[in-house]
Amino acid sequence: MIAWTIYLSFAGAVLVLLLPRAFARWIALAMAVAGFGHALGAFFTQGADFSHFATIVRLPWIPALGINYHLAADGISLTMALVTGLTAVSAVLFSWKVEERPNEFFFWLLLVVGGSYGVFLSADLFLLFVFYELVIIPKYFLIAIWGSTNKEYGAMKLTLYSFFGGTLVFIGILAIGATARTFDLQQLAQFPFSAQLQSWAFPVLFLGFAVLAGIWPLHTWAPTGHVAAPTAGSMLLAGIVMKLGAYGALRVACNLFPLGFQVWSKWIAVLAVIGIVYAAGVALRQGDLKFVIGYSSVSHMGFVLLGLAAANVLGVSGAVLQMFSHGVIGALLFALAGAIYYRTHTRDLDDLSGMGLSRALPFLAFAFVIASAASMGIPGFSGFAAEITILIGAWKSFPLAVWITGVGMVVVAAFTLRALKLTFFGEKVPGVGGDASHLPNERASWPEKLGAGLLIFATLAVGLYPKLLFDRIMPAVELMRFLHR
Amino acid sequence: MNYLQLLQAAAPEAIVVGAALLVLTIALLTEGRSARAGVSVARRPAAAKDDIPVGTRPMGICAAVAALGLALAAMAVVRLTTHSDLYHGMLVLSPLNSLFKLIVLILAFFTVLLIRGERALPNEGEYLAMVLLATVGLMLLIGSEELLMIFVGLELSGLSLYLLTGFDKTNRASAEAALKYFLFGSTASAFTLFGLSLLYGMGGTTSLGELTVALGAGPLPPLFLLGVVMTLVGFAFKIAAAPFHFWAPDAYQGAPVPSAAFIASASKVAAFVMLGKIVLLGLGSQPGSAAWAGLVAGWKPILAVLAALSILLGNLAALAQKNVRRLLAYSAVAHAGYTLLGLIASGREGFSATLFYTTIYAVTLLGAFGVVAVVRQKTGGEDLFDFAGLRTHSPVYAACMAIFMLSLAGLPPLAGFAGKFYLFLAAVRGTADQGLLWLVVLALFGSLISLYYYLIVLKEIFLGKERTHSHQADFSPPDTVSRSAVVALAAIVLLAGILPSIILDPILAALR
Repeated sequence: MIAWTIYLSFAGAVLVLLLPRAFARWIALAMAVAGFGHALGAFFTQGADFSHFATIVRLPWIPALGINYHLAADGISLTMALVTGLTAVSAVLFSWKVEERPNEFFFWLLLVVGGSYGVFLSADLFLLFVFYELVIIPKYFLIAIWGSTNKEYGAMKLTLYSFFGGTLVFIGILAIGATARTFDLQQLAQFPFSAQLQSWAFPVLFLGFAVLAGIWPLHTWAPTGHVAAPTAGSMLLAGIVMKLGAYGALRVACNLFPLGFQVWSKWIAVLAVIGIVYAAGVALRQGDLKFVIGYSSVSHMGFVLLGLAAANVLGVSGAVLQMFSHGVIGALLFALAGAIYYRTHTRDLDDLSGMGLSRALPFLAFAFVIASAASMGIPGFSGFAAEITILIGAWKSFPLAVWITGVGMVVVAAFTLRALKLTFFGEKVPGVGGDASHLPNERASWPEKLGAGLLIFATLAVGLYPKLLFDRIMPAVELMRFLHR
Repeated sequence: MNYLQLLQAAAPEAIVVGAALLVLTIALLTEGRSARAGVSVARRPAAAKDDIPVGTRPMGICAAVAALGLALAAMAVVRLTTHSDLYHGMLVLSPLNSLFKLIVLILAFFTVLLIRGERALPNEGEYLAMVLLATVGLMLLIGSEELLMIFVGLELSGLSLYLLTGFDKTNRASAEAALKYFLFGSTASAFTLFGLSLLYGMGGTTSLGELTVALGAGPLPPLFLLGVVMTLVGFAFKIAAAPFHFWAPDAYQGAPVPSAAFIASASKVAAFVMLGKIVLLGLGSQPGSAAWAGLVAGWKPILAVLAALSILLGNLAALAQKNVRRLLAYSAVAHAGYTLLGLIASGREGFSATLFYTTIYAVTLLGAFGVVAVVRQKTGGEDLFDFAGLRTHSPVYAACMAIFMLSLAGLPPLAGFAGKFYLFLAAVRGTADQGLLWLVVLALFGSLISLYYYLIVLKEIFLGKERTHSHQADFSPPDTVSRSAVVALAAIVLLAGILPSIILDPILAALR
């Protein structure tokens, strides 16, 4: 059953610390694959009810406070677990060559993965918050020890920002715990919180989660943190961790406080749209490849928030699909950026453009073209399916937002193409990047091909047949309380 | 009531006193010339003693006797009768008192184990005897619900702790710390005694239970407020709440490591138990309210001000620290602030949250000082840069320190998070309309600030480059006993975080 995704990840983390170096990456891979397998298995179970939050395990944990160890899953949780599995496997594959202290590296990595599975499968608010906060410190160490540019600053900024978001969430949870004497998400979804409580608790709770989702203007930790992080760190950050925030906003803030949502939804849409356009604009001006991708993550997460703000079945389903889609695409982009950096030791776009990388690194170039296409929202890839659904849903609630987002999408295409061209398709300048013999001709290794292939397959499959995911997401979304009827 | 019954009721305390006397005797007989004539000498111990590296010394017989005495006393506590009240509250046997006497004894036991990790302490026997006597003082403090006995407990533990702070006579910082602690503490005790006398004057009784009835729920006479404020001054000093915390940084930094550990852990636990009893039991009829919209005079607003000041001052001052022990001291001030929230919330939930948090905190801090002792032994100092490279030297200690620091910051799945969650939940639930939310929000932002300085310590440990050390460095193998103690404490912190019920349920049961 799907709870094993959590247990295997944590068990793997402990094992990795205790066993010798050589085993570290294999154990990590094994656990990641096993977790992914479980997620896939649960996803494709015939005849399962994806609409209801079906309990998997429910044990009393802290009876004095009414807290239970309660895991449950519905279509949304399973989708998120699936993207966690995908990203985890490819993150481990792309970290195959980590030389320095690999045991600790995979320890922290598996903790992030396990904590993320935990958030997506939690049906108890306290448990969700435990897993949510649990991933903060592993991120700090991943970035501070194995990161690159400005790693100590980036790590501290990301950690403190995440903890700040967690503090806001904590306040919201305390407000919930004080009024309703239970922490069970299913019971809380039925609880009639007073309108006055909801009016102040909702923005606090939503903002707290949305910080991790990269809501403008509380997004500045994301580009800095992504750039500073090692490849696997960025993949996990963009792929899963940002989705933790969005999931929390959906499952907790919106679902428990529908009245509060109605009061504040317009503002969420405003911030989302600003995020989409602003981040895209900033990405256009960046000189470091990872900064471009980092800001594109913020921009894509803006779509998720817009979908949530739309508050109808299409909008929210699109948002969940975008969480999946961007998880895959963002991970792929960061993975490729990391692979390039590993070989050329630079991420500066101007430097890269003189290296003629499309000849030197053909597989990476191919993968990057696909990733860029997916990121731009070209039909056939999952990004298109998600974004079009969000925009149709948002059109019903905020037509002006759709117009502005349309403009933003042009900017998205612009910065993506710019990054693609400069990275791979620049004119080879003799003398730039050293001469041809110095340029590492390292072809993509098998773990990298496998990891990239997995992600490409995922985005293509969902892009060509979005019904695969929508069949699971939509029934669950229809039961959400905060939708406009 | 004959003396045999009294002895049975006070058996744990008697055993610890007996152990203290036994340790003193053994020390006099075995420790050689520096202990001759009972006067300790203020110069470095002779060469013979220096030659034996700390880690390989056989378990001193004094330490063994002390540990055994504490263990026996713990067993005696478990076998006490559950309910008994001697002399109108002077010695009360109740599940709550027994539980916390047990906790204090366990903390003292771990302190004795940590003494092994310290450089050869001159006159170790006297040191151990002082620790045991301080423990007795704390146990008397916990066991009393009567004003005079509270003062006796305060003084006994206080005097012992002053001596423990100044024990290292070769170190100026130790003497300075002890003097500050003593002067501050004596003044605070004077205030407390005066306050207690005022309360007695108004209530006509020294027993806490009868006092609350005598004070009644009517309008507050101004003298009452004066009495309460003065009493609380003494306890605020003991828990190191701002603005009565000025002794703490120097005491934590200058004192020998086991003394600082003991002050930070056992003394705080006992002080909070006592403070809780005084305000909830003795002054329970006049609480007032610290709600944002509805401030009512009583002891709650006083504690709220203390808490707010402690959180602000403790966290902000800790940001600037370069010495880890000083950092821990200021963080202790902040944690005193958080813990006070539970008392302000009052009620069974609030008091249990306070007790849970202070227990967890004591265990964590004891472990942190254990690691500090190791670093001090290896590098001769305990500044941030001395911690650099601890990960390569001793990954076990590095991991334990990570657990302790992150627990203090309040991160799951560690005990500090469960403690803070319960504390803040109790605070928000305890007042109608979430009146204490302002204080809780302040506490949460204080926690956010604290994450930064705890991470700085961890950054040094896990990322820092090791420096070449001064000649004081001691490269002896780590001491197994103190290492096991630190690992055991870390395991407790982790376990209590994953399953808080193992500590919470006994506390709740004791408060019924």
